[in-house]
Amino acid sequence: MQDFNYHAPASVADAAKLLAAHEDAKLLAGGMTLLPTLKQRLAAPSDLIDLSSVPNIKGICREGDEIVIGAMTPHADVAESALVRETIPGLAMLAGQIGDPAVRHRGTIGGSIANADPAADYPAGVLGHGATIVTNTRKIAADDFFLGLFETALEPGEIILGVRFPIPVWSHYQKLRHPASGYAVVGVLVAQTAGGVRVAVTGAGPNAFRASAMEEALTADFSAKSLDGLTIDAETLNNDMHASAAYRAHVVTVLAKRAVAAR
Amino acid sequence: MGQFGIGQPVRRKEDVRLLTGKGLYTDDVNFDGQVFGVFVRSPQAHANILSIDIEAALAAQGVVAVYTGADLVADGVGTLITDVEMEDLSGKKMFRTKRTFLATDRVRFVGEPLAIVLAETLGQAREAAELVMVDYEGLPAVGSTAFAASPDSPPIWEEHGSNVGVHWENRPVAEIDAHMAKAKTRVTVDIVNNRLVPNPMEPRCAVAKFDEESGVLTIYAPTQGGRRIQGGLAKTVLNLPPNKVRVISPDTGGGFGIRGKLYPELGVISWAARKSGRPVKWRGDRSETFVSDYHGRDQINHAEMGLDENGRVVALKVHTILNCGAYMAENGPRLPVSGGGRIIPGVYDIVNFYFSVKPVFSNTVPTDTYRGAGRPEANFLMERLMDAAAEATGLARDEVRRRNVIRPDQMPYRTQMGLLIDSGDFDGNMKMAMEGADWENFPKRRAQSEKNGKLRGIGIGNFVEAAGGRPTEEMRIRIAADGKATVFAGTHSHGQGHETVWAQLLNEFLGIPFDDVSLVQGDTATAPKNSAGTFGSRSSWMGGVGLQRSAKRIVEKGTKIAANLMQTEPEGVSFAGGVFTAGTSSVTLVEVAKAAHEPKNLPEGMEAGLDESYFLERDPEEFNFPNGCHVCEVEIDADLGHVQIVNYVAVDDCGFVLNPVIVHGQVYGGVAQGIGQALTENTVYDEDAQLVTGSFMDYGMPRAQHFSMIEALFNQVLCKTNDLGVKGAGEAGACGAPSAFVSSVMDALKPYGITHIDMPLTPDRVWRAIAEAKAATAA
Amino acid sequence: MLIEVNMTINGRAVSGKVEARTLLVEFIRDIQKLTGTHVGCDTTQCGCCTVHVDGKAVKSCTMLALQARGKTVLTIEGLANADGTLHPVQEAFREHHGLQCGFCTPGMVMMGVDICRRHPNADEQTVRHELEGNICRCTGYQGIVEAIVDASAKMAGGQA
Repeated sequence: MQDFNYHAPASVADAAKLLAAHEDAKLLAGGMTLLPTLKQRLAAPSDLIDLSSVPNIKGICREGDEIVIGAMTPHADVAESALVRETIPGLAMLAGQIGDPAVRHRGTIGGSIANADPAADYPAGVLGHGATIVTNTRKIAADDFFLGLFETALEPGEIILGVRFPIPVWSHYQKLRHPASGYAVVGVLVAQTAGGVRVAVTGAGPNAFRASAMEEALTADFSAKSLDGLTIDAETLNNDMHASAAYRAHVVTVLAKRAVAAR
Repeated sequence: MGQFGIGQPVRRKEDVRLLTGKGLYTDDVNFDGQVFGVFVRSPQAHANILSIDIEAALAAQGVVAVYTGADLVADGVGTLITDVEMEDLSGKKMFRTKRTFLATDRVRFVGEPLAIVLAETLGQAREAAELVMVDYEGLPAVGSTAFAASPDSPPIWEEHGSNVGVHWENRPVAEIDAHMAKAKTRVTVDIVNNRLVPNPMEPRCAVAKFDEESGVLTIYAPTQGGRRIQGGLAKTVLNLPPNKVRVISPDTGGGFGIRGKLYPELGVISWAARKSGRPVKWRGDRSETFVSDYHGRDQINHAEMGLDENGRVVALKVHTILNCGAYMAENGPRLPVSGGGRIIPGVYDIVNFYFSVKPVFSNTVPTDTYRGAGRPEANFLMERLMDAAAEATGLARDEVRRRNVIRPDQMPYRTQMGLLIDSGDFDGNMKMAMEGADWENFPKRRAQSEKNGKLRGIGIGNFVEAAGGRPTEEMRIRIAADGKATVFAGTHSHGQGHETVWAQLLNEFLGIPFDDVSLVQGDTATAPKNSAGTFGSRSSWMGGVGLQRSAKRIVEKGTKIAANLMQTEPEGVSFAGGVFTAGTSSVTLVEVAKAAHEPKNLPEGMEAGLDESYFLERDPEEFNFPNGCHVCEVEIDADLGHVQIVNYVAVDDCGFVLNPVIVHGQVYGGVAQGIGQALTENTVYDEDAQLVTGSFMDYGMPRAQHFSMIEALFNQVLCKTNDLGVKGAGEAGACGAPSAFVSSVMDALKPYGITHIDMPLTPDRVWRAIAEAKAATAA
Repeated sequence: MLIEVNMTINGRAVSGKVEARTLLVEFIRDIQKLTGTHVGCDTTQCGCCTVHVDGKAVKSCTMLALQARGKTVLTIEGLANADGTLHPVQEAFREHHGLQCGFCTPGMVMMGVDICRRHPNADEQTVRHELEGNICRCTGYQGIVEAIVDASAKMAGGQA
C-alpha cells in the first residue's frame, strides 16, 4: 500500500472541503473494500478522508414512513436492529448476509453503495426498496443512482450522508453466495411497496438493476407461479468461471420465486 | 496402558501455547539489523528476458541491494533439484528441466521470481521492486493440461522439442489388449483431476542471517523438517558444508506435503543474507503463496476396465497425463508412479494392468506432493471405474466392489507394481462404513428429502495408500539428572501433535510422567544427524518406532546402571512402569537418571549420561498401507445446483492408533481437503496461462458451512511390518473423500442419467449438467 | 510522515508512531510485538488476524492503526485470565481438538468469543454459518465447531 495523508474531519463541511482540496483523495468509510484495494495497489490515493469522526451520519431511526440509516452505519447494526427487522425485514436479512461477522462490524451502507460493486448486496436493498440516497448536496433516487460497473450518480466531491428507506408492506432477500468471496453470485430483493412490487437484482449484471417484467407480473398477481417463464436475458449478464450468464439468468428467477414464496 | 500412554485420547501439550498467542512462527522472528527482501516476479507466463534494469530501484530510498539471477549464477549458485528419474520402455530417460533460483534468460510461469530488492523497510522494498524494469519478449504460452499434452502446443523446452517429458509405461499395452478383448463388459472413464493450491494458512516466508565469525548461515522458514533443505542450501546455493547451514522451522502453520521443499526463495534469501552482509526477511503474502508454493494434482486420466460375467475385473488400462508445470519440481513428475503407482489399482485384486504416465510441461506453477501425492488421484480413478462398472453390470455399487477387493486371506498381497500389502480388511471397512451410515435405510431418507424438494444421494469410496516416505529416520532421547526427558527429533510437527504423541510413547515405554517430556524439533542444529522430516505419513512409523527403539536403549543402559546401584547383575533386572526391579529391591528411572550423571555411580567404563539414539532404516520398497472406506450422503437443491453434505462416515484402518483424538483430527482435516477438491477448489489458468484464481476471492477454500459432522471410525488391523503396528494417518482422508462425495452426487443425479461431472462440483456445473440432461431428454 | 497513535490493548494504554498506511495488525505485531495475531491473506478472507475492537470482532488487516485511535483492542494474548486460566472458548478448543497447526487459531478463538457473545447456546448450523470469514486448513472445522457450540452453552449457563 502506498502511503497517503490521513484526515479525520469532524464535520461534513470539513470533509467536503478536504475532498475538494485534494484531487486524488478518497473517502474512507468502513474500508472493507477500499483497504484491500489499496493493499493490492490497485489504487493509490494521495489522501484518505476518514468519515468516522463526522457526527450524525451513523445510526438508524424512523422518520414518519421512512427508516433513515446513516451512511456510516455498519451492516451488523442494520442486521440486528429491531426497528429494521420489524419494518423492513428484507433489508435486515440482506445486511446479515454481507461478508462475514467481522466484515459486518466494520463495513457500512454508505461505503457499500458508493463503491457500487456489481456483486455487493446493498445495491439490491437500496434499489429494491426504492430508497433515496441523501448526500451533502442533494437527494438521489435509487433508480437514478447505479449507472454501471462501479459507477454511480455521485459527483466529485459528493458525500453520502444516509439512505432513506420508505417502509414497505413486506420485503425479502435471497442470495446465492460466491463460493470463495462470499459476494452475491446473484442476490434478489423483492418488496411489496405502496407503489407496487419491486424486484431488484444484484450480482448478475454489471450493476444492480430492477427486473421490470417480474415486477409487473407480481404486481398483477403476487405468487411464485406468476414468475413462470420469466427470465432475464442472459446476454446482459455476467459470465465468469464461477457462474455462466445462463446460470445467473436461471438463478435470478429461482431466487425471485423463493422470495415471493416466503411471503 | 495408563492415562497418558499410547492409544489414549490425551489432550495436546502444545495447545495452551498456541491458544494464548505464545506460538512462535517464522514471521514472529526478527534479527537485529535485518532488511526486507521483496521478489520481482514475472507478470508474463512465457517470455524471454531481454534486459533487467535495476538502476531506478537501486537509487530508491532505503534500498540496500538489488540482485538478479545473473548475480547468483556469477556466484556459482546452481539449479534446483529434481529428485526423480523415469524412463520409457526402451530405456530412454525423461527430459530434465533446469531451473535457476532466479530466472535469468527466460520466465516460464506467472509469478516466477527474477530479482530481489533489499531495503530497510518492507514498504521501501515493495516500492523499489516496482521500479525494476524488465524488458520481456513474449512467447506463446501453454495454459492447460490438455493443450500441453497435444502435439500442437508450442514446446516450452525447445531443446526437448515436445511438452511431454517422457512416456512411462509399466509394460507393453499389447499384453493387456488380449485380456480386455475377452471381457464381457467394458467401461471407460475420463477424468480431469483438478489442480489445487495447497494453501497452508501460514503464508510462506523466511528470515536468514549469515554470521561472519562462525561462518554459519541460519534461516528460519516454515518447512516440514529442515534436513533436506539444509543439504540443498549448503551444496547448491552456498557452497558450504551442511553443518554450516542451520535451518530452523519453529511453529509452522501447516505443511501438507508442499512445504518440505527447497524453494527458490529459500535459496535466494540465504544467499542474499550472506552477499549483502545483512540479515534478510521475506514476508511472503497470500498472493505470493498462490504463485510460489508448488501446486497439487492436475491430471487427466483416461481408463478402461473389463469385467467378466461374474463382475470380476479381468483387465485394466490407465492413461495418465500429469501437468508438472513449467519445471520439474523435486518429486512432482513421478507422483503418478511413485505415489499413485504404489497402490493403483486400489484395494482391488486386478492382475492384468497396464499403466501409462506422461508428465507434461505447461506455463504454470510446478506441481509436487500435496496431501496424498498421487494416491488420491489413483483412488479416485479406481472408484469412478467401480461406479461405472456397477452401472454397466447392474450390480450394486458395493457388490461390484465386494467381488473385487483383496481379501484378508490374500494378505500379504503383492501388487502389480511390485509392493507387498501386509494387512487390511477392505471388505470389513465397507461393511463398517455402510452400517455406520445406515446405508440400508437410505431410501427412506431419500423419500423424505424428495418431499422437501431435494435430491438425495449416497456414495461410497474405498481407498488404500502407501505410507512411510523415505526409508531412514533417527530419533534421540536424553534424560536429565532429574529424570525429565527431552526428545530430539528431525520429524516435524506442523499440526500433527508430536509434542503430545512422543510424550505418550515415553510415558508408555519408560514410565516417564507425560508432563516431564519435552520435544526439541524444527532445528537442524539439534535434530539427529540422520533424521529426515515429516512427509508421506511417515512420522508414526519412522519416528515412532525410532523413538521406541531409542527408549529400549535407554532401558538397556539403565538396566546396567540399576544393577550397579542394586549391586546385582543386569540379567536379573527387569524394567516396567519406570521402575527397575531385581528381586525385592528396586530403583526408579529417576534414580537411575540421577546416577547416570554421576560417574562414581556408573559401572566401570560406562559413559556418563542417559542419552540414546536409534537410526531406523527400512527396506526402501517396504511401506505400510493405510486404507479405509468412506460413505458420504448429500442433498442437492437442483434448482440452484447446490450440493450440501448431510452425513459423512469415515472408516479408517491406520493400524494401531497412538492417540485417537489426534488421529480423528487427521481424518477430519484430510476429508476436508478431499471435499475441498471435490466441491469448491479449482485452480484456473486462462488461455494465456495467466492465473485467474490467485486469491481467496476466487479460489474456493472450503469453509465450515460446507461440512456436516464427520463420524470417524477405526477398523484397526495392526501393521505387520513395524513394531508399533501403526500405519500412516495423515493423507488417508484426502484419498477417500473425493470418490465418496462424487459417488453420492452422481447417485442423487441418477434420475437424470448423469454419470460424471468433473470436480469441483460447483453449483454452476451441477446445474448445467442437469439442464443439459433435461434438454437431451426433451429433444 | 509518522503519526502518534494511542489505544488500549489488552487493558494496557499503548502508543506508537505509525505511517498513515500502517494497518492495525502491523501496529499490533510489528510495533507492539504482540505476535499472537496472524496474517493469513491479503483479501480480508481468512480471519487469522481477527481481534476485538471495542468489544467486536474485526479483521485487523483491514483497518488502519489510525482508525483504532482511542479504541479498546483485545488480542489473543489478552483473552485468558491474569492467573493463566483459559477463557472458556480457549478451554473448549483444547478439549475438542479445535486446532492443529495453530496458525488460524488466534483468529478462530477471537471470532469464537464474538459468536458466543452474540449467540448464547449457539447450535451447530449457526456456528458453521458464523465462521464464514475464518478459514482453517487443518481441522475440517469439526473440533472448532464443537468447541464453539460447547463454549457457547457453558458461557450462557454461566450468565444465567
